[in-house]
Amino acid sequence: MHIVVVGLSHKTAPVEIREKLAVSESRMGEALTRLCSYQGVREGIVLSTCNRVEVYAVVDEIEAGYERIQEFLADAHLSLSSEQLTPHLYWHQGDRAINHLFRVASSLDSMIIGESQILGQIKDAFEAALTHKSTGIILNKVVKKAISVAKRVRTETKIAEMAVSVSYAAVELAKKIFSDLSEKTVLLVGAGEMAKLAARHFIASGVRHVRVTTRNPQHGLELAERFGGTAVPFEQFREDMTSADIVLVSTGAAHSLVSEDDVQRSVRQRQNRPMFLIDISVPRNIDPAVRHVDNAFLFDIDDLKARVEQNRGGRLEEAEKAEWIVVDEVKVVRQWLQSLEVTPTIMALRTKADDIKRVEMEKTLGRLANLSASERELVEAMASSIVNKLIHNTMVTLKAEVNSSDGAAFVEAARRFFSLGDPALSLVDENAASASETGSSSHEESKDVEAMIPRAGSKRPDH
Amino acid sequence: MAAMVLVVTLALYFAATVSFLAYLLWPSKVLSKVSLGMTAVGFAAHTIALVARMVGATDVSPPDFHEALSFFSWMLILVFLAVEFRHRLHVLGSFIVPLALVSLLSAAALPDPAPTLTPVFRTLWVHVTLSMLGTVGFAVAFVAGVMYLIQDRLLKSKQFNTLYSKLPALDFLDHLSQQSIVMGFPLLTLGIITGALSAEFSRGSYLNWNPEQAWALVTWVFYFAVLMGRLTMGWRAKRAAYLTIIGFAGVLLTLIGVALKSHGPVS
Repeated sequence: MHIVVVGLSHKTAPVEIREKLAVSESRMGEALTRLCSYQGVREGIVLSTCNRVEVYAVVDEIEAGYERIQEFLADAHLSLSSEQLTPHLYWHQGDRAINHLFRVASSLDSMIIGESQILGQIKDAFEAALTHKSTGIILNKVVKKAISVAKRVRTETKIAEMAVSVSYAAVELAKKIFSDLSEKTVLLVGAGEMAKLAARHFIASGVRHVRVTTRNPQHGLELAERFGGTAVPFEQFREDMTSADIVLVSTGAAHSLVSEDDVQRSVRQRQNRPMFLIDISVPRNIDPAVRHVDNAFLFDIDDLKARVEQNRGGRLEEAEKAEWIVVDEVKVVRQWLQSLEVTPTIMALRTKADDIKRVEMEKTLGRLANLSASERELVEAMASSIVNKLIHNTMVTLKAEVNSSDGAAFVEAARRFFSLGDPALSLVDENAASASETGSSSHEESKDVEAMIPRAGSKRPDH
Repeated sequence: MAAMVLVVTLALYFAATVSFLAYLLWPSKVLSKVSLGMTAVGFAAHTIALVARMVGATDVSPPDFHEALSFFSWMLILVFLAVEFRHRLHVLGSFIVPLALVSLLSAAALPDPAPTLTPVFRTLWVHVTLSMLGTVGFAVAFVAGVMYLIQDRLLKSKQFNTLYSKLPALDFLDHLSQQSIVMGFPLLTLGIITGALSAEFSRGSYLNWNPEQAWALVTWVFYFAVLMGRLTMGWRAKRAAYLTIIGFAGVLLTLIGVALKSHGPVS
């Protein structure tokens, strides 16, 4: 049993590849079922965002597992072969896989370090996995732990505060132009990740009117729906700028889409009401000459970054602090995982039983001082026999179930029934509990519990 | 007694001005609190001085230019404290308190004893009060305009310094400026009408084209144009800021005209 991750992210793959692999919410159930149908894959969860597609799984064998998951990823799109994917993928197992998940959850691996969106995306992925019962005791615990680690990082370091960075800087600048954002209109041009993040931030800061335009009308409609706004035909967005107080531009266009004249005209039609233009595209999509237009305030990505630089200071140290928290927490999980191994459990059970027997024997024999040697042996034999018979079935079952899909659950159950205490275990429980306290509703909680109980009858396909 | 209190007021306004100007340069909460405290105490002293003067005036003699300026300064601080109370806009003090100090100082610097305004008539109280209230509106609009231009410049040149972080949003300043003119304009209109009436009573003509009256009319027409331009032609934001600054120059010229008439060689 090994935890592995196979995936790609903004660091390893261009957006053309990432978008092909992306698993939409509606297809997540089907994907999870397919993932678990592969031979040797016991548990699985798929994290699919604009910046990464990753599969975390518990597999019987590492190498075979890697191959299965890579096949799974390549199957996502007809035009992709497994070999084509290879240069963009990363593979981690064991501690490194857990470390990776914790870093992702804590937003240490994000394009904008410290952004908080990723945590929500992990929760969504976990939710989907629980709904489709694709995770078991190991991934449930590890993912929950990842969520609590992310929360710990957010509370114990200042990473989130500064990090929300570029989009935060955009909102902060807007507040120096508009005192009340709730009555303002944001026009989102293009669907660049940063612009979307910025749009989200504006909405979080009170903006209620959002207009979206993208080259692909379908995509525009989807985005508009997600932001609760309206879609504008791409050909018309320059005219639409008149009604926009804040214009966020982030497209892949190689030339400028908005000229000085466009902005000049908009400002005039707006009767000189100020406009705030943010160009997060590289290369830039708004003509830099727009700077000279009165009452139009243009900021490009470098301006925003400069503002972020000013804001932060100790950000690298904060990231470092966060990395240490992650390393710390990986250790805790490793200890817990080790406790799930069968052999040490059986040994612990044996030792525990023997200890109880020895203590009780000493107590009893101390009071029966007049027994002969043979009588003493008889009493000892009886004690041994009772103890052995009591734990015999447990040990047999553990050995028998070691390779079944619920093996880990049996081990955990045995550890609890016989209180084969493991400090790491209780720590994990505690954190998971506190995470659900702050994050999820009681409804989710009950589902979690349900998912953790070994389901003797439930069969995953093709096992 | 009133004179003593006035000196105390001056001292407090002076200290508050220094501290408010320092506040512009350093990000310090203590400075803003100290400045605000001194302004508030100064304002209380100022109020006492004004009340003492009113109670002390046994006759119904019309206000002299001293009192008019002192009243102007008092109203400015009142407006600042009101805006501060509502919007927690400490930085406004860095602009308004110096203005109030200057007007109070210039009142004190004028030759003493100042001759009262020539036409002795009761309605003069009304004329002076209304005109001064109108002027307060334009002064606040002027201050907001200056702050607007500074913030506009800082944003355009991307200088995110202490001042940038303290100045409020552009549209707030634009709005404050507009509101101040909207409130100041009718008051000035009434001030001019009552002035013309009292001139008619005392001199027999509504208008005799002395510099004070000429400037008052020019100013009135100018602000009328500014208001209309905003409503119909989108004269807002940066242009409006420039216009309010020019307009306030006209207001100052009018005041100087009044000062010259009551204190200077032309009287």
